[in-house]
Amino acid sequence: MKPTDIKNPDYFHKVVDCQWACPAHTPVPEYIRLIAHGRYSDAYMINWKSNVFPGILGRTCDRPCEPACRRSRVEDETLVNGKKEPVAICRLKRVAHDYKDDDILDRMPKAPAKNGKRIACVGGGPASLTVARDLAVLGYEIVIYDQDPQLGGFIRTQIPHFRLPESVIDEEVGYITGIGNIAFVHKKVDSLKALLSEDFDAIFVGCGAPRGRELDVPGRTEAAANIHIGIDWLSSVSFGHTTKVGKRVIVLGGGNTAMDCCRTARRLGGEDVKVIVRSGFEEMKASPWEKEDAMGEDIPILNFLVPKEVTHNDGQITGVLFEKVKAEYDAKGRRNLVPTGEPDQHFPCDDVLVAIGQENAFPWIEADAGIEFDRWGLPKLDESTLQSSQPKVFFGGDAAFGPKNIIWAAAHGHDAAISIHKMLLGEDLTERPAPGMNIVSQKMGIHEWSYDNDPTIDHRFKVPHRAKQEALKDIMAEVELGFDPQLAFKEAQRCLNCDVQTVFTGSLCIECDACVDICPMDCITFTENGEEKDLRHRLMAPAVNPTQDLYIGNDLKTGRVMVKDEDVCLHCGLCAERCPTGAWDMRKYYIEMTHAEQACRTH
Amino acid sequence: MTYITKPKLHHPSLVKNKAGYTRRDYEGAVSTLCAGCGHDSISAAIIQACYELDILPHQMAKLSGIGCSSKAPTYFVGASHGFNTVHGRMPSVMTGANLANRDLIYMGVSGDGDSASIGLGQFAHIMRRGVNMTYIVMNNGVYGLTKGQFSATADKGSISKKGQANSDESIDLVSLAILMGATFVARSFSGDKHQLVPLIKAAMSHKGAAFLDVISPCVAFNNHAGSTKSYDYVREHNEALNRIDVIESREEITTQYDPGTLTTVQQHDGSILRLRKLGEDYDPSDKIAAMKRVQEGLAAGEVVTGLLYLDAAPKDLHHHLNTVEAPLNTLGTSDLCPGSATLDRINAGLR
Repeated sequence: MKPTDIKNPDYFHKVVDCQWACPAHTPVPEYIRLIAHGRYSDAYMINWKSNVFPGILGRTCDRPCEPACRRSRVEDETLVNGKKEPVAICRLKRVAHDYKDDDILDRMPKAPAKNGKRIACVGGGPASLTVARDLAVLGYEIVIYDQDPQLGGFIRTQIPHFRLPESVIDEEVGYITGIGNIAFVHKKVDSLKALLSEDFDAIFVGCGAPRGRELDVPGRTEAAANIHIGIDWLSSVSFGHTTKVGKRVIVLGGGNTAMDCCRTARRLGGEDVKVIVRSGFEEMKASPWEKEDAMGEDIPILNFLVPKEVTHNDGQITGVLFEKVKAEYDAKGRRNLVPTGEPDQHFPCDDVLVAIGQENAFPWIEADAGIEFDRWGLPKLDESTLQSSQPKVFFGGDAAFGPKNIIWAAAHGHDAAISIHKMLLGEDLTERPAPGMNIVSQKMGIHEWSYDNDPTIDHRFKVPHRAKQEALKDIMAEVELGFDPQLAFKEAQRCLNCDVQTVFTGSLCIECDACVDICPMDCITFTENGEEKDLRHRLMAPAVNPTQDLYIGNDLKTGRVMVKDEDVCLHCGLCAERCPTGAWDMRKYYIEMTHAEQACRTH
Repeated sequence: MTYITKPKLHHPSLVKNKAGYTRRDYEGAVSTLCAGCGHDSISAAIIQACYELDILPHQMAKLSGIGCSSKAPTYFVGASHGFNTVHGRMPSVMTGANLANRDLIYMGVSGDGDSASIGLGQFAHIMRRGVNMTYIVMNNGVYGLTKGQFSATADKGSISKKGQANSDESIDLVSLAILMGATFVARSFSGDKHQLVPLIKAAMSHKGAAFLDVISPCVAFNNHAGSTKSYDYVREHNEALNRIDVIESREEITTQYDPGTLTTVQQHDGSILRLRKLGEDYDPSDKIAAMKRVQEGLAAGEVVTGLLYLDAAPKDLHHHLNTVEAPLNTLGTSDLCPGSATLDRINAGLR
């Protein structure tokens, strides 16, 4: 194998699994260390720069970082009761929000003098707000349009307040609008052409995926009064238009919206609430922790049941009839749900909530507005610039590639802001800015490091919840209470500091094997070079995870190579501590994505 | 030294041996030796060997004298018995322990100062008595604890860190051990675990006096140009005569070797050593040839390594003395004090 090029910013970025997995590439270990130090405001600002909504995401993020977390690969089953778990990254983010100083506003940027250019954002959700923030600080004048009376988009309308209090939304939307140069217009945009004819230099479309998928079974129209589309129903609850639901409720669908629907129903009078899904329990789209929370509120989840008919009597719903299915996989591994032949099952109910998916809809974009769509009804976009076939129009969030989540919306917002800024400066949009990288050796004394290099063996700490009886009584009462500083410290200590990298300099190495002998994970080997496939199996311990790189160091006197399997490294620094010549060093790679503010340097 | 203890977390693929332990279970405390010390590599090799041999830690005893090397037993097989003796007197304590309980596996760890200077007399006598043990000298050619004076194994003419040449003749412990009657004699290098681990395993399986001279560079005081015990020097001058594999029984040989390059030796405990010749024709069972080859190497400035001498059917101290087989601590009062009638009979036999 070729020696590893550690100058490539992606190499060590990939080793920081959480940051690499995060669409916005938030420098996770850095802010977790700051939380451990009690520097909540600093931790908050790292998040705020990177993902814009730390308080909101700290409660609601889909957390792609957590399944990626190295901790869940290296824990010892016997020490954690058989369950290897990642660091509670998401809930630590919330700690930064909850315990930051009151004067955080002083750290927020202010808009400079206007640069004379105007940007329209369609939709007031996370993608548009990110574009607004990134461009307002550069002097752009931003106008955000939304059909709802307040900014926030689906963060405000569809996430129940018992998961995300409205005060948090108000606060974090306020930090953005507080920058200045951002105007909010409460108006539904019904024509792109009209908007294009206005005096805007660029238009960003962040209108989400606003249409809930319909249930198409007999009885749907007859019992329509008691069948509700999940996202519309949640929005109606959010604005206080819906305050009650029947005692017996069936929620159709297995995603996070279904989980929000069933838990909301429990708070509006639903006593017998069930979630019924077509797929198996394991394949449900909902995050595991959301399923857990739902089941914790006495909501059973029944699987492999396909709705066949809504039963009704005199226009009054009586229940839903389901066909029992099982999963079969064809030669290509595709899943088919086939009837088991068992008798159909009927579940009586008073209300049905349909949360079986969301679709994009752009009824306001005229066919001749210059926007091309693909066969799934999504705009044709350049994946990195997010520019549509109409050069002035950019898409982001759920409106771009279909329903995703808040953190993807923020990432898209950053990308679109860079594109818009570059376009208006006359630069090449396709040249994307490299991330910023700040490298600092952590060596302080002979065996002292400026990070806490001793890994704990603690099991993941649970976030305290409000007592169930109390939580179910009040739809506004936040269920999760968040970590307190003591718990947050303990959980933060579980982080392995994967951004503190093991950097190897072969020309200094005397091949004494001290690093090989001390490494608790057996991840360092000195051996003859070879092809990757072959090398992976003749190391101190086999490197069986092909998604994780082998670090190859050369320049050794014997002509061998140093091979390090990044997969299971604890970043404990013992290799560097036992190295007599400084061939190993622990260096912190602070990698920060470049946003519009720094992306375009004309000088 | 290292401030944190080695994390308990370990590689997910770590497997248990027949004794029910992982390799990590054979570790000891974190080393307080200098970073890069060859002794730590030897400790790691001992850990690997004990793991592969399915050793029960409580059936092993580690003994050592004084010096950097003699600290090392703290850093491996933490759950075994240990005795840190007076300087140079480890062999007599080990002889006594072995006489009292022959069931334990004995490992003596010593250094060039402990064995070739203050303890040279003891070293010679434990070899000639044939105590069943593995005696490892971690040999770096300097007194590390007193900041790098030449030890008795430093080669004549080698240069100290301060630039002085050694004017004294060196003591070659390998030659001495063969001469004194050790029945398993090998030399290896801390920087070559592929050679070292099987040699330790073979020595531990040997039912007699097994001696291992392991060149172990002192990174702090003897790893410079002009030293003959540095990583670079040993790598450049290493003449490995053979490679050995230790196997429990006569498994089928799966790897193909050129005819005449493989010798199989069965040891007294049933373990089998497969010797792969490297280059020259060398027969480790010929004591006189072994002494000749080692001396030739010395004269040529080579570091001759590998299994240098082996008597596959050794007789140990207990055999010579015709001692009771049971460990002394298992003998009951009637065995230890058989009564006046027996005493009378013994006395009568002496008249």
